Amino acid sequence: MSATPAAAAEPGRATAWWQNRWVRFAARRLLRLLVSLWVLVTAAFFMVHLVPGDPVRAALGPLAAADVVAARRHALGLDDRLLVQYWHFLRDLCTGQLGDSIGTQLPVGQIIGQRLPATAELALLAFAVAMAIAIPLGAAIAALTRHGRARRTELAFAGSSVVLGAVPDFVLGVLLVFVFAVQLHWLPVAGRDAPSSYVLPVLALAIGPAAILSRIVRVEMLAVLDTDYLRTARAKRLSGLRIHLVHALPNAVTATLTLSGLLLGSLVAGTVLVENVFAWPGLGSSIVGSITNKDFPLVQGTVLVYGIGVLLINTVVDVALAVLDPRSTIGVD
Amino acid sequence: MKNWSRAVRTPLGLTGFGLLALTLFTAVFAPLLWGHQATSFDTDNMLAGASAQHWFGTDNLGRDIFFRVLVATRLSIALAVSATAISVAVGIVLGSAPMLLGRWLGRPIIGLVNTVVAFPGLLLVLFFAVVFGVGAQGAVLAVGFAGAPVFARLCHTLMAGVAGRDFVAAARVSGVGSGRILIRHVLPNIAEPLMVNATIGAGGVLLSFAGLSFLGLGVQSPAYDWGRMMQDGLTGIYVHPLAALAPGAAVIIAGLAFNLSGEAVARSLGVQIDVPWRAAVTPRRRRAPAAGARTGPDTDTDLVLDVRDLRVAFPHGDAEISPVRGVTFQVHRGEAVGIVGESGSGKSLTALAVADLLEFPARVDAERLTFLGADLRDGTGHRHLLGTSLAVVFQDPMTSFNPAHRVGAQLAEAARAHQRATRAQAWQRAVDRLRAVRIPDPRRRARQYPFEFSGGMRQRAMIGMGLMGTPKLIVADEPTTALDVTVQRQVLDMLQEVRAADGVAVILISHDVSVIAEVCDRVLVMYAGRVVEDLPAGELADGARHPYTRALVAAVPDMRSDIDAPLATIPGQPVDPAHVPAGCAYAARCPLADDRCRAQDPPLRTAADRSRVACWHAGEPLPILSDLAALEVDA
Repeated sequence: MSATPAAAAEPGRATAWWQNRWVRFAARRLLRLLVSLWVLVTAAFFMVHLVPGDPVRAALGPLAAADVVAARRHALGLDDRLLVQYWHFLRDLCTGQLGDSIGTQLPVGQIIGQRLPATAELALLAFAVAMAIAIPLGAAIAALTRHGRARRTELAFAGSSVVLGAVPDFVLGVLLVFVFAVQLHWLPVAGRDAPSSYVLPVLALAIGPAAILSRIVRVEMLAVLDTDYLRTARAKRLSGLRIHLVHALPNAVTATLTLSGLLLGSLVAGTVLVENVFAWPGLGSSIVGSITNKDFPLVQGTVLVYGIGVLLINTVVDVALAVLDPRSTIGVD
Repeated sequence: MKNWSRAVRTPLGLTGFGLLALTLFTAVFAPLLWGHQATSFDTDNMLAGASAQHWFGTDNLGRDIFFRVLVATRLSIALAVSATAISVAVGIVLGSAPMLLGRWLGRPIIGLVNTVVAFPGLLLVLFFAVVFGVGAQGAVLAVGFAGAPVFARLCHTLMAGVAGRDFVAAARVSGVGSGRILIRHVLPNIAEPLMVNATIGAGGVLLSFAGLSFLGLGVQSPAYDWGRMMQDGLTGIYVHPLAALAPGAAVIIAGLAFNLSGEAVARSLGVQIDVPWRAAVTPRRRRAPAAGARTGPDTDTDLVLDVRDLRVAFPHGDAEISPVRGVTFQVHRGEAVGIVGESGSGKSLTALAVADLLEFPARVDAERLTFLGADLRDGTGHRHLLGTSLAVVFQDPMTSFNPAHRVGAQLAEAARAHQRATRAQAWQRAVDRLRAVRIPDPRRRARQYPFEFSGGMRQRAMIGMGLMGTPKLIVADEPTTALDVTVQRQVLDMLQEVRAADGVAVILISHDVSVIAEVCDRVLVMYAGRVVEDLPAGELADGARHPYTRALVAAVPDMRSDIDAPLATIPGQPVDPAHVPAGCAYAARCPLADDRCRAQDPPLRTAADRSRVACWHAGEPLPILSDLAALEVDA
């Protein structure tokens, strides 16, 4: 990365606003978000049309009368040409209309509105817990076990993190229920009411990502601790705490952040399984039912919400990355 | 395939492939051996706990859970492997699109793949589950298609790597079609990493599948895989936890089997060996001073640095190697001391040891190592002294600044740490120091990040960082090696200026004799971890007495060098620190060497003019170049 931006190389010359690093970065990132959003919306639209056969017939069952099917088709606008349907879909989406659930006849937006908070809460809590475990743990293990010191600590960490990282969240959830709810009676088995009911679902979601992330943090931290600029920091005789926290950690975490974004995304998806283990009243427990019942408007809406959530997370991570490591604002897409 | 067999022999590979073999064995034989036990109803023992008859108890129809878990292996593995195969196949098709369809069609496809990859796998699985419907067949397709983008991106990256290679270009030039190039030349070359990733991927797919069945969207009754069994078992977890936990354990074991196997092969494909050479860890307490060490008070008030018998050792296998083997020198106020030598002569390690920057596993011993009267051997007590009085300038200015912090902040923190300056004071001083090292527009520059500085500016800023305190000694380790010639000049001038202005002593490490001769008062010549000559810099050109020093000087081209003649070099290889020969370490390359040199190491003797040399034949005339060439031919 030896590039010296033209703007910086010539001191004193005023630069146009569109040449500003941050403006260009924001424009590029926004464009990417919009493209991804369009892919998501289009995919959600075509999902229903990709279902083999007639989705309405599939939803209403083989015994439904032909005129009922025809009426429902008409009501859903499935008689129109595909492009017209696509246009209507986009238009309704822009005005926040997601249609009505076939099963309950309630507006999809209302169902999602009721269930989204529970899911978001679960995912964000789990992410916070995963980061709070992974970053200090990985960094500490790296600092303690460099150059083959404390071999046993390293082995114990490596072994347990591999195993915990490989346990799928719903299996872990079942295991946690068995140990802490069935055997020890410390925590409730399921539901979402008292704060104690949050512990197991959050842990079930967080432990796997925490194990994987802490390994990454460790590797990154080890690499950063060997860099020339860390030697410079030591040459300044800063305190060990400052060397590790101010000089090493931000650089170790930047590389980790990209991955943690992916992990948070998969954590959002993981809520589907964990919610089903703990009967958590979120989107995850409703989407399964709506897939089996072929409640397509509800599925479409839920998929959109999950997808948008993931896109927003990725964007936030990129922005955080740019703030932590300004070099990431340069470069081509 | 060599890598696979090698991977099996590592502990990780042994575990992985062992588990994998066990899993596959169970998948093949369990339904044949225990298919009957797994489906027969024991109506007397419904929902029973573990017993001698039913090791893991029975389910709600009295079927044996242990055998059901074993028998379910086949379906679970078969579904996972089929889905992985679909992922890889679709991935190859999508990934090779730019190659087969050309850029205009291929690039949008890859763009789409990159967009889709950003969504988590399980979401894609759910999406495709809607399209393909509920059930085992739909689930295989859903999981397979959902995994395709990851493999598409992988294939694309791998193919792009191979496509640039010579044999592909050659095939293209000779008119071979894209499809044929893909099948004959590209795919065989990416097969191995693809297989490794598919193996690891199969582990993930297995978990996805279990998840899907657990949700009730995958395998449907009466068929059963592990996910389905967990779902059935979860409702009765109070009564009969094993019904849910046993298939869960099976999922974990099988997932690990695929993961570890792939991981082991991936590691054997790209082995990295950790060499502790350019090591940097937290300082380790040094050995107690040797008995009889002279530790009398300093009478010499101008003495900045006093080094006696400095040794640096690293663990090397079971033994130890010593790249620095007993170095003794002193540096006085305002003096510039150069250390020259080839790579591996120990000059940089000497500098780092003096600056107290060598860390575990390096071990530093010295009879004496004092800086401004403080004994540096006794650990970490001199943080503020070193932080304000000893500055270090490193070789590569491009990598020596922290990319995450502003340049000004990196200067200012030294003042904050050691001089109790407020944030504003420290920043003001940082700007001031940047101005002192002639950074233009220092106020603005201080707010910039290192990547916005040029190499020469960074190196000057690094010197400025050293000037945040009131340095008495600057240790500059090859400060100009990474810079181009005109910038080298600026940096050397800057060092000279600082030295002249404040009487700062300088230790300049370089492999470039001409730089040393120009900047320094005195030169230490190092070879194989020892000082072999110590002389005034002015005498380098014609007063050097050690054959090595003279060879180094002769190797410097100047304006009078015959540009048609090959550049003068020193014949032979530098000494490997792990195999230091008996006698004089330079003997093997020395034209004056005799039997005494090869048997006895010459001591470093001080002459009347206080210069020092370690050579049995110091100052003897060298054979002229043509003789030297002849000597080489003889050898």
